[in-house]
Amino acid sequence: MKIAVLSGKGGTGKTLVSVNLAVAAKEAVYIDCDVEEPNGHLFFEPKPIGSEQIVIKIPVVDEKLCNGCRKCVEFCKFNALAYINNKLIVFDEVCHSCGGCMLFCPEKALAEKEKMIGEVQYGVSENVTVVTGILNIGEASGIPIIKNLLNYAKGEQAITFIDCPPGSACIVMESIKDADYCILVAEPTFF
Amino acid sequence: MKIAMPVNDKSMESCVGNTFGRTSYFLVYDTETKESIFVDNSAAASQGGAGIKAAQTVVDSQVEALITPQCGENAAKVIQASNIKIYKIINDSIQDNINAFKHGELSLLEKIHGGFHGHGGK
Amino acid sequence: MKQLLILSGKGGTGKTTLAGAFIKLAKAKAYADCDVDAPNLHLVMEQSVAPKRTDYYGLPKAVINTDQCLQCDLCRQNCRFEAINVNHEYKVDYYSCEGCGVCEIICPENAISLKPAVAGELVLYADETVFSTARLKMGSGTSGMLVTEVKKQMNLVAKDAELAIIDGSPGIGCPVIASLSGVDMVLIVAEPSISGISDMERIIKTAEQFQTRVAVCINKYDTNLVNTEKIESFCKKINLPVAGRIPFDSNAVKAINSALSIIDIDCTSGRAAREVFAKTVEFLFSKS
Repeated sequence: MKIAVLSGKGGTGKTLVSVNLAVAAKEAVYIDCDVEEPNGHLFFEPKPIGSEQIVIKIPVVDEKLCNGCRKCVEFCKFNALAYINNKLIVFDEVCHSCGGCMLFCPEKALAEKEKMIGEVQYGVSENVTVVTGILNIGEASGIPIIKNLLNYAKGEQAITFIDCPPGSACIVMESIKDADYCILVAEPTFF
Repeated sequence: MKIAMPVNDKSMESCVGNTFGRTSYFLVYDTETKESIFVDNSAAASQGGAGIKAAQTVVDSQVEALITPQCGENAAKVIQASNIKIYKIINDSIQDNINAFKHGELSLLEKIHGGFHGHGGK
Repeated sequence: MKQLLILSGKGGTGKTTLAGAFIKLAKAKAYADCDVDAPNLHLVMEQSVAPKRTDYYGLPKAVINTDQCLQCDLCRQNCRFEAINVNHEYKVDYYSCEGCGVCEIICPENAISLKPAVAGELVLYADETVFSTARLKMGSGTSGMLVTEVKKQMNLVAKDAELAIIDGSPGIGCPVIASLSGVDMVLIVAEPSISGISDMERIIKTAEQFQTRVAVCINKYDTNLVNTEKIESFCKKINLPVAGRIPFDSNAVKAINSALSIIDIDCTSGRAAREVFAKTVEFLFSKS
């Protein structure tokens, strides 16, 4: 069973609730999906077992093959490509890794390289498996990290607690995608 | 020599736009023939990377100088890769800036603001 | 116009409470709420005029015309965002689709097109003061763009305002990066808890990456004096100005719940907020 803990407002106690539920459940998996500000591990201080680098794919151009048709520049909805001085320039941080440019290049001049955007660390603290996602500073989207984090919940027998980021945007929707139940942590203020 | 400038409207009486990537139009002005062309900035409405796309438009109009109030990191990379010089505006009057350019009174834009990861400028 | 942005990294440290107090103390002619995920500033800042509301269109999303779809599966195989679901017929998952347009081009039957989608709403209150805010539709991406729009909307109407105060969102990701664009200084509201310190360090690094000036203040400082001192010595070490300490104050909660600012009533947190405000303004208008 997967239980997601969330709240619209920040600082209402999501981490407090999910960390303590995981401890109370004896056998549990705790997944920290607040990849922008992961804090659960600070309370568990888990014994590290391993970590995984999270990469996204970024296009690279083979200048010998590129004939300057600009199909990729026109295609890219995110404007991550420009064709200047008979050369294709790729803006890594604007790229959403959709793979379209590579797919539609008539000359097959584009390939992909990997770019690291963060890390998933896992460890144990008594009977709790602690999985933490950390987004590199300056990266815009933690979605690929959350996708990887949730793999740790797949096929898991023990009860899994998912500590969500605050708000209600895409990263929250991604975190609760596979959850069976959600616990909303509310606060008795006007906010 | 052809120069480019972000402008708010398709008129020489309009004023210089206050952004680069999301300006409405670019004025492409030929200092010899005094011919002016207004180019739509298709990047204005894009979700991200507007500076990159706008810079591509400027480069494609084959100018030798860009006169702008500001310019982001990504756009500057594109502009500078094509050896176009970036100058800072002196005020928001199109004509004043053209005159200043002709007399060599404009200084190069030094403060390139850090990229904002495709989230647009000021 | 000088722009002051209030951030914290961690949620719930008191950004909006402090922003509300600052707006009133500064009699700011322009202010904005950039926490488009969970906007709250409008709850403390009472408005007398009716707002102007505009639909905000985020990224266009793919739509499959099932009459034309031959279920060849190419769109699903090529979608990097796992946004194509198959359940008797092919459908695009609204929340996962990033609008990249790969499926639109790869579909041999031209059954897929990108359609504009309303992702939220921009709200603008404008009389003598300008208040710009927005609300993102649940589960929408591109909150960074909406943040940019909120600030643009404010700047357009309040060109001549001397000072603008902007309430930011928690985290360090896309909306925070967008809110940093063009601001003159960031005030970080830190909290002396384990999470508060760790989040503060991350948000400081983020702000520095964008070469924005940073000052720090500590809210609820008396809930943990050891950690408060840790924050202060950390700031000293990396040369960041500290704008002051605000104590935990049950009157602050009372003020908020009666839709008042902490400076509207006589309380310890309100008095401290006045001092933090004076210091912050001093930093903001100083040269270096």
